[in-house]
Amino acid sequence: MKKVISVLLTAAMAFSMLAGCGSEEKKDALYIGGIGPTTGGTAIYGTAVKNGAQLAVDEINAAGGISGYQIEYKFEDDQNDAEKAVNAYNTLKDWGMQILMGTVTTLPCVGVVDKTGADNMFQVTPSASSTDVIKGDNVFQICFTDPNQGTKSAQYIGENNLAKKVAIIYDSSDVYSSGIEEKFVEEAADQGLEIVSAEAFTADSKTDFSTQLKKAQDAGAELVFLPIYYQESSIILTQADAMGFDPIFFSCDGMDGILTMENFDTSLAEGVMLLTPFAADADDEATKKFVSTYKEKYGDTPNQFAADAYDAVYTIKAAIEQAAADGTEITPKTASSDICDALKAAMTKINVNGLTGGEDGLKWAETGEVNKEPKAVKIENGVYVGM
Amino acid sequence: MTFLTHFINGISLGSIYAIIALGYTMVYGIAKMLNFAHGDVIMIGCYAVFMSMSSLKLPATVSVAIAIAVCTVLGIVIEKVAYKPLRKASPLAVLITAIGVSYLLQNIALLVFGADSKSFQSIVAIPPLRLAGGELVIPSVTIVTVILCIVIVAALLTFIKKTKAGQAMLAVSEDKDAAQLMGVNVNGTISLTFAIGSGLAAVAGVLLCSAYPTLTPYTGSMPGIKAFTAAVFGGIGSIWGAFVGGILLGVIEIMGRAYISSQLSDAIVFAVLILVLLVRPTGIFGKPIHEKV
Repeated sequence: MKKVISVLLTAAMAFSMLAGCGSEEKKDALYIGGIGPTTGGTAIYGTAVKNGAQLAVDEINAAGGISGYQIEYKFEDDQNDAEKAVNAYNTLKDWGMQILMGTVTTLPCVGVVDKTGADNMFQVTPSASSTDVIKGDNVFQICFTDPNQGTKSAQYIGENNLAKKVAIIYDSSDVYSSGIEEKFVEEAADQGLEIVSAEAFTADSKTDFSTQLKKAQDAGAELVFLPIYYQESSIILTQADAMGFDPIFFSCDGMDGILTMENFDTSLAEGVMLLTPFAADADDEATKKFVSTYKEKYGDTPNQFAADAYDAVYTIKAAIEQAAADGTEITPKTASSDICDALKAAMTKINVNGLTGGEDGLKWAETGEVNKEPKAVKIENGVYVGM
Repeated sequence: MTFLTHFINGISLGSIYAIIALGYTMVYGIAKMLNFAHGDVIMIGCYAVFMSMSSLKLPATVSVAIAIAVCTVLGIVIEKVAYKPLRKASPLAVLITAIGVSYLLQNIALLVFGADSKSFQSIVAIPPLRLAGGELVIPSVTIVTVILCIVIVAALLTFIKKTKAGQAMLAVSEDKDAAQLMGVNVNGTISLTFAIGSGLAAVAGVLLCSAYPTLTPYTGSMPGIKAFTAAVFGGIGSIWGAFVGGILLGVIEIMGRAYISSQLSDAIVFAVLILVLLVRPTGIFGKPIHEKV
């Protein structure tokens, strides 16, 4: 019996190796890989990116591809885990990936950028927003960076005189949240804001915020800044309501998703302000089309992550076309390292008119940072209203 | 007044820990195993209430009854399928199996309900109690939680003292083999223990999600671990221990968060646990362990 199994396994292995060779030779499409969490606690982001990018790939392929080549797109799950993300990266490399669109969340991305840097693999991350991600010159971001959001939030609150006494509740176990908090505190001093309480929580104690809220209330906070994700925010809003605490709540892009959270009483989110690059109810043609196609295909309203991923794929397309205009034709046969060199140079020249860009579109600095400006919106009658 | 608010919050959180800890402690006392899937049974209970209330539009009381039924059946099935075949195996094998069941339940929930968190509407729809001219606001769910916790503990103690099945449990926990020789149906008793423990898990789940209203496939895991700590704290195997351990843990956690550091609240809780175990290795109410020869 054991012999039979071992023979079968050997045969399977030999066959799979042959299969691997086969696809190498027949390759006639551009291979773009994606990595992100499609299972686990942050699956909502990974799934949105996977779907948003798929939508862009389908559109581009239907319209004739990039410079005549179809895109082959494959997405691997990393469960928001750095080690699994590196494994996913290796899997995609074996598959023949030429360009990486990912990863979705910051922590795994920091691990993967080391690998792509060493391999000189061109990488566009739709949503990993830490500055640690773009240390290498081969990585470009579609989302704005964390420090940018913290500074911008404090400026917005100060310039519009929303409040003088500010409380913060943040997740000290999360780089995204603590990164924003740090910059916010720095900028708050310049804006004349008084931080009356800064309370943290960690991934292990993110269900009860009554203590943090009580401290903010006792300190007389007029505004509570929440640089955290919407799951925790939904509890904070509910608990604040139960204890009769009614300050202004101000948040960042992590709050995006609160209105589509199943069964959440959206009246609690009335008046919440947040910074976001994308609002699904914007009335420009591109957004409307994107939202309706997304809903039709995946049955969900797309969030900012889906929009960022959609823009990421179009950014790759624009960069490849720019490279071609500069004289470097990128074909399915081009090695990933050569692609990277050509696209790195092209990125600073392009201007992408994406879903998440402002009026002048998306532009990149050599550092990999995008020029995107966070926009402030306020929730009124259950929709985002620009401010 | 602020102190009182924090204290009440602590009691409320502690009561939930206590109800979960009862499940851990009963199963440990009788089957001598750590049922790490207990936290995930809680999560399944939450989803059962959530689905019956939001999808089937059933009233809260019926939904809770359904959840208790679902969890009770689930507890018995888990015991029959995963633990019973391992009754004679080493404790380590059973422990690993329990962890496996825990992951299995989480992943099934992920598959069926998806990873995005759902907002749980409190089943206690009574306005909060306002005392001292609005200075002290006590959410109604807190009051319900504390009362239910006391009722459950009292009921369990009476059940074990006064009924035949309760006495059988006591006998099995003392000595399984001897109990069998005396005519106690050991398998039946263990099943009953799992049924009660899992039913309690459903109640704990409903209260947990009513007080802290989000629901994900991982909702049960952290409270499960904290409640397990509470059970060890109070002396695993003892009902009083689970009750006192749960309440103490909740109060220490909230007080630590309020007056020492919101970031270190878990570290404080576990530091206290270590101190208690150094002084009393079997927990506050734990019986000293006699080595059997």
